[in-house]
Amino acid sequence: MRRTATIPVAVLALCAGPAVAQQQAQQTLKIGFVSTFSGPVAAIGNDMKNAFELGLDHHGRKLGGLPVEVVYEDDQIKPDVGVQKTQKLIESDHVNFIVGYIWSNVMLASLKPLVDSKTMTIDANAGPSQLAGELCSPYVFSTSWQNDQTPAAVGLYMNQKGVKTAFLMGPNYAAGKDMLAGVKTTFKGQIVGEEYTRWPDQLDFSAELSKAREAKPDAIFVFYPGGAGIQFVTQYVQAGLKGQIPLYTAFTIDDLSLPRLKDLAIGIPGAQEWVGDLPNAANQKFVADYKAKYGVPPSFYGAQSYDAVSLIDSAVTAVKGDLSDKEGMRKEMEKAEFKSVRGNFKFGNNHIPIQNFYLQDAVKNADGSYALHTVATVVTDDQDRFHDRCPMK
Amino acid sequence: MKGLLETSRGSRPSPRLAVNAGLLVILALAPLYAALTGDPFAMTLFTRVLILALAALSLNLIMGFGGMVSFGHAAYLGIGGYAVGILAKEGIGSGFVQWPVAIAAAALYALVVGALSLRTRGVYFIMITLAFAQMTYYVAIGLDRYGGDDGLTIYQRSRFGSLLDLDNKILFYYLCFALLLAGIYLVWRLVNSRFGLVIQGARSNERRMRAIGFATYRYKLVCFVIAGAMCGLAGALLANHTNFISPAMMHWTRSGDLMIMAVLGGMQAMFGPLLGAMTLLLLEESLSRVTDYANLVLGPLLLFVAIYVNGGIDGLIGGVRHG
Amino acid sequence: MQGASLSVGAPSPQPSPRWGEGVRTSKPDRGDVRHDDKSMLYFIEQFLNGIQLGMLLFLLAAGLTLIFGIMDLVNLAHGSLYMIGAYFAATFAEWTDSFVLGAIFAIVATLAVGMALEVIAMRRLYARSHLDHVLGTFGLLLFFNELVRLIWGPAGMTLSLPGEMLKAVEILPGLFYPVYRLVIIAVTLAVAFLLYALVMRTRLGMLIRAGASNREMVGALGVNIKLLYTMVFGLGAALAGFAGLMQAPILTVQIGMGENILILAFVVIIIGGIGSIRGAFVAALLVGLVDTVGRAFLPDLLHVYLSESAAASLGRALSSMMIYMVMALVLIVRPEGLFPAASK
Repeated sequence: MRRTATIPVAVLALCAGPAVAQQQAQQTLKIGFVSTFSGPVAAIGNDMKNAFELGLDHHGRKLGGLPVEVVYEDDQIKPDVGVQKTQKLIESDHVNFIVGYIWSNVMLASLKPLVDSKTMTIDANAGPSQLAGELCSPYVFSTSWQNDQTPAAVGLYMNQKGVKTAFLMGPNYAAGKDMLAGVKTTFKGQIVGEEYTRWPDQLDFSAELSKAREAKPDAIFVFYPGGAGIQFVTQYVQAGLKGQIPLYTAFTIDDLSLPRLKDLAIGIPGAQEWVGDLPNAANQKFVADYKAKYGVPPSFYGAQSYDAVSLIDSAVTAVKGDLSDKEGMRKEMEKAEFKSVRGNFKFGNNHIPIQNFYLQDAVKNADGSYALHTVATVVTDDQDRFHDRCPMK
Repeated sequence: MKGLLETSRGSRPSPRLAVNAGLLVILALAPLYAALTGDPFAMTLFTRVLILALAALSLNLIMGFGGMVSFGHAAYLGIGGYAVGILAKEGIGSGFVQWPVAIAAAALYALVVGALSLRTRGVYFIMITLAFAQMTYYVAIGLDRYGGDDGLTIYQRSRFGSLLDLDNKILFYYLCFALLLAGIYLVWRLVNSRFGLVIQGARSNERRMRAIGFATYRYKLVCFVIAGAMCGLAGALLANHTNFISPAMMHWTRSGDLMIMAVLGGMQAMFGPLLGAMTLLLLEESLSRVTDYANLVLGPLLLFVAIYVNGGIDGLIGGVRHG
Repeated sequence: MQGASLSVGAPSPQPSPRWGEGVRTSKPDRGDVRHDDKSMLYFIEQFLNGIQLGMLLFLLAAGLTLIFGIMDLVNLAHGSLYMIGAYFAATFAEWTDSFVLGAIFAIVATLAVGMALEVIAMRRLYARSHLDHVLGTFGLLLFFNELVRLIWGPAGMTLSLPGEMLKAVEILPGLFYPVYRLVIIAVTLAVAFLLYALVMRTRLGMLIRAGASNREMVGALGVNIKLLYTMVFGLGAALAGFAGLMQAPILTVQIGMGENILILAFVVIIIGGIGSIRGAFVAALLVGLVDTVGRAFLPDLLHVYLSESAAASLGRALSSMMIYMVMALVLIVRPEGLFPAASK
């Protein structure tokens, strides 16, 4: 009895074998995704992951014809953890692309293993000046910006509002320093104070807010991403400063923090290269489908991750799935011929986008929800000021 | 004098010998395994095991044998690492300069910390060593030129002329292996020498040792400095291995990691720190591949060892130890 | 390009507008504007912040010092109880829609968790060495972080305050101080007095004091030591949880939130004297003030002698180190602490 049963089983196994082998023969496109999924800033990592997944859905889970497998890693906001996870993705998971990096310090720490291993990398958020300048690499592309650009746009706006003296605050790490420096490149008034707070664990800004109040500036400018932004704005209001000293921000109030801040955020302007209500077709589809799938609107972090999907797709399609042809992929990516949700843009020689920046404000909708809304274009086709230091042409 | 590989009394080979020897064989063959399976990450992991084992070994010298529970040992890892990183950034890439500086700087800091801390004992000693480590941590954060909190990438590993190319991962692995073995041998000789007997005697009853006439403070200080120097070397290795230094190397939780490796492996055993380092790191890695919640297992495991196991893993293998 | 709305008075359009060739300096040349403005009010505000931090540290340190003094247990998991208290409070506040109710339930829940923890795990550690305590409680710390991540997810939570507490009050002419921070100071002072009353005026308190100064004797006198230990541990846990939930609206609720403050709490009990609540109180205020006021004023103090950027980075480093330097000093000069409890 049993003996006869084993024969069909053996035959099945034999048939299954080649089938399995054939499946393995078709290559998968492996993508490593480094972001932050723990702590108060996990909301950013989740937004990026959700948008990335939505992008993959929109492409039928295949990019350039190849099925996609994504490995998500958490950098815990720490550069040393980020570089370890990057190395693991390269050496253990053998990924073809790496996407992500919220934080400039994590990006900079991870750069050497990425470039040494010639791994195609899409930086979907961090914008350290070194990456735009002397550390630019043919293998690294950005779908975001360079850190100075956004605060520079805000600085320009502050000039227009007649701000004569400003107090600056930001976290003490690579991006914080870049942001505050960026404001100073355009702001024409006098800086009466500049405070750097411990990052990421200092979420109590009472001391610095006191100093700001002491200095009696016309305005305060801050950069506090993620959960820190919520903390800062809340404490700014708690300290009774709203209504006394106006606040201008970069990356502090976004679609993630807005639902928590609610009314506190109204009247506090910021600048961005993408706002949810940009009217191009790709963006309308992105925002609508994101809301439908996840129940909340996407943020600019998500928009940048979504663009990364399209960028990878354009590259892999151009080389017809031959992932070893990195030259070919690079050439195609440099053309930036995909449909970005921020509208079409070009890459500079340093692979940083040349793009517009918009002024945004928080408004309360009729149904009681809050949204960010484009007020004006502050600058068109802005290119970062470090591209001359990049040796690539 | 106890044998290095811990053969037992009499002719029957002890399980301890088997485990230790087996461990050495596995480590010697690890690069082969990595090459065969095409998994360079295994090399990275094992190199890290070796380097942290060296650091834990230096801690165990003072903690297991000397009874000096230092909660700030990661500071020496950091000092060694930063010596290499700072010199590299300033253009001095030669390992012949970097590594001696790393060792000397760590030894010097150990001298200062030891001189002040060894006047205390028990939990006070633990806390004051922690305080000194926290100070190095905050100094490192304040070093804006060398990255501060963001850390510093080391673009070029220590150069040793035409002798050694540290970019060759296999070579680097065997270098770390050789240094670890040398460290174990050094600790073994120290512990079994007259010096070591004084140290161990001071651990079990300091008053008696002083009554006999030994200036235990001086002995302990020398021991402390040697441990610091050894850990500084481990720091230089770590900086080369990760091509990256940051204040996180000196955070108090890293000191905790080293303590755990030493206790887990067995504080009275020469191979204890290596056992502990390997167990902890491999366990962390393999658990994290199986589950997203590795510490739900690892945490209680550490608690179990703390409550029920005497002498760490080495104690489990070899049974009761004498002395 | 982008069909966007009107430009806001931008400079005349150029192909790639340059933002200006400003040389990047890490700090601006501010001149002497701020130093002349430094006033008494700012000092008072920092002083109050320091008191507030000190009071929270006291809550944490009081439990820690009792546990260490009476049970001789080094408890690295104390910060986990701080974290659990905050998570409970955030959750219960959401369910009951009330901050106060949430807080009360959270304290009770943390008390329960603390006592359970003592019975299940801690009491088996008493007989072991301090090193084993470190190993075991570190394992618990890892376990609790992971457990919290499993139950509540990795993103953390927020604990919102009722609207009235979101304002600032003018406590002195020109000095606005957030209401909530005043509430923290008031409430923690009240708890401190309650604790004092408990320890000084009740039988339980007498047992606690006796246990802190001579453990063996208390056992020999026939007191139910096991029950005493469980209650002490539970009390410490409740205090830690209370500190966690009070701090949560300011700092958010996240995994590992207890680790940084745990180190400070250990510093406090060393300075104050192990086993001494009075010592913990004085030392906590000292540490809170030194840390806060130091951070606020040290860079400016250094600026008198050094350049702007050197003063800022040195100031930051030094102010973080200051409490450790104070502790090291105490350990060298008077290792038993300011108010030693033990008579052994």
